Amino acid sequence: MIVFGGKFMENRADNYNNIKKVNGERYIACGLKTGRITVEGIVGNDCAAFMDGAVMEIYGNAQDGLGNTMNNGYVIVHGHAGDIVGYSMRGGNIFIRDYAGYRIGIHMKEYKDRIPCIVIGETVGEFLGEYMAGGVIAVLNKNSKEDPAGDHIAPGMHGGVIYIKGKVAEYKLSPQIKTEVLNDYDISILNNLIYKYEEQFHLSLSRNYNEYIKIVPKNSRPYGKFFI
Amino acid sequence: MVYLDDRYDRIPSGCSVFGVINVNRVRFDWRPAVTGIASMHERSNGLGGGFAVYGLYPEYKETMCLHIMYDDKASREETEDYLRDMCRIIYEGKLPVRRTVSIFNGPEIKRYFVEPIHDILVSSEEEYFRCLTMEINRSINGAFVLSCGKDMGIFKGVGYPEDIAEYFRLDEYKGYIWTAHGRFPTNTPGWWGGAHPFGILDVSVVHNGELSSYGANRKFLRGYGYKCVLQTDTEVIAYLYDLLVKKHRLPEEIAMKVMSPPLWDEIERMDEQERVLYTSLRVIYARAALNGPFSVIIATTKGMAVLCDRLKLRPMVTAKDGEYFIASSEESAIAASGFSTANCYMPRGGEPVFVPLNEEYVEESVAV
Repeated sequence: MIVFGGKFMENRADNYNNIKKVNGERYIACGLKTGRITVEGIVGNDCAAFMDGAVMEIYGNAQDGLGNTMNNGYVIVHGHAGDIVGYSMRGGNIFIRDYAGYRIGIHMKEYKDRIPCIVIGETVGEFLGEYMAGGVIAVLNKNSKEDPAGDHIAPGMHGGVIYIKGKVAEYKLSPQIKTEVLNDYDISILNNLIYKYEEQFHLSLSRNYNEYIKIVPKNSRPYGKFFI
Repeated sequence: MVYLDDRYDRIPSGCSVFGVINVNRVRFDWRPAVTGIASMHERSNGLGGGFAVYGLYPEYKETMCLHIMYDDKASREETEDYLRDMCRIIYEGKLPVRRTVSIFNGPEIKRYFVEPIHDILVSSEEEYFRCLTMEINRSINGAFVLSCGKDMGIFKGVGYPEDIAEYFRLDEYKGYIWTAHGRFPTNTPGWWGGAHPFGILDVSVVHNGELSSYGANRKFLRGYGYKCVLQTDTEVIAYLYDLLVKKHRLPEEIAMKVMSPPLWDEIERMDEQERVLYTSLRVIYARAALNGPFSVIIATTKGMAVLCDRLKLRPMVTAKDGEYFIASSEESAIAASGFSTANCYMPRGGEPVFVPLNEEYVEESVAV
């Protein structure tokens, strides 16, 4: 399984930090390479930016720019997150229990076994996976809302995969993408993600994979002929 | 006016906006607004901060109040001569300030309570003072009207917002709407008049972002007699809101839909009635549409409005806590100001949020 190394979830007691009463402080766990950090409260912008291997658990909400250009590690949010989660993310995993805002996973990318992954428990705003070049985004829509994602899904997407539970209107899909039926490999990835999500947040979700759609790019170079 | 001091020159970078309203018109003190905006200190860089307070002068609430800033004695004398020609001044005095460590050399700011001289009142009182504000800003060199409205006032200057609050002694005032702004000037100089909020009559605007449509909006407004002379893009939002809601009498939500209109492909998917409405609005008010990234809080004596651009390129979070409604750039600021973020909501791009004030007036004020 490529999505989860499993290595980062170990509780490293020798390097454990707990920060309480956080309210809007920025850049927490920025560039952090090892250890485990627990934060209580509303974390500020660009939290876990450039994070490179640590585990960060947020008991509260996250603001904009969570996991900006994140390289490796885990971010677990027991609440909701703001806009541009995982901007230019190139590795690691972000789990958000509730909803997230606009532009989730904009310009995510992958390289060989470094595959970033964002899991959102509820819904997302517009421009999901804009210019996405790699990685996995899963919108679990646990409350089965009618509108799991906003308009303009994945404009300019040319790599990676997005899974969304629920119906997505045709007009929301950008011209660069297509929807597919989940195959066994997708189901194994999604099952693993949902399992990890359930484990983190002590919830149980339905496993009806027929409700999910898979979004992939039509072409790896959507603008290849644009400037000819 | 002296605004192009080297010290205030362009420094590239976001702004912070914060607004809190008590829908029952219960007046509260400065603490929620100041702690909220102060918690977003990093979003501004000390080149502008300001507050608009509604329900400020309950004893004079039917009288027009002007806050005017002067660069020098000459501009003050010229303005006061003009004011005496145009109005009956009921009260005039210096706006009380407290010199602080960070702000000690502010310009002279005076406060006037005035009534129009009815013999020369051509149209409504509002139109009269609208013209008067424009005229002072445009033609008197060195004088600048910070605010001109009933039962409200704007306090602003160069500095961090919490320092500005201290400087203007906002701890001595109470109000039922407080909006606040911390500035990070990007395209226009940071000078005392260029700080937010911007106001025209009782409309005040705090704005985070920039308007690439400024030129078109400015030309549109010029046709209705609004003169944009303040070297900043935000003033057009105040003038547009004033024009659309007060002169053209559009409902607040529709006025906001004019300023941040739905995209054409969204209009195509609407049902017949809505499609006709929004197509008409986009055609009639083509040049009133605001383009570029922005999130704004507009306050009036009718309520508080929250608006983002259609693509939501600037943040905005709102929360409702009992009879209070709060809007902020960051969720943490709402928590910092002592309100609950349990009912917090992020408005979608272009989604108009208008929180009207209830009619009844409760006299006693409470601390939050």
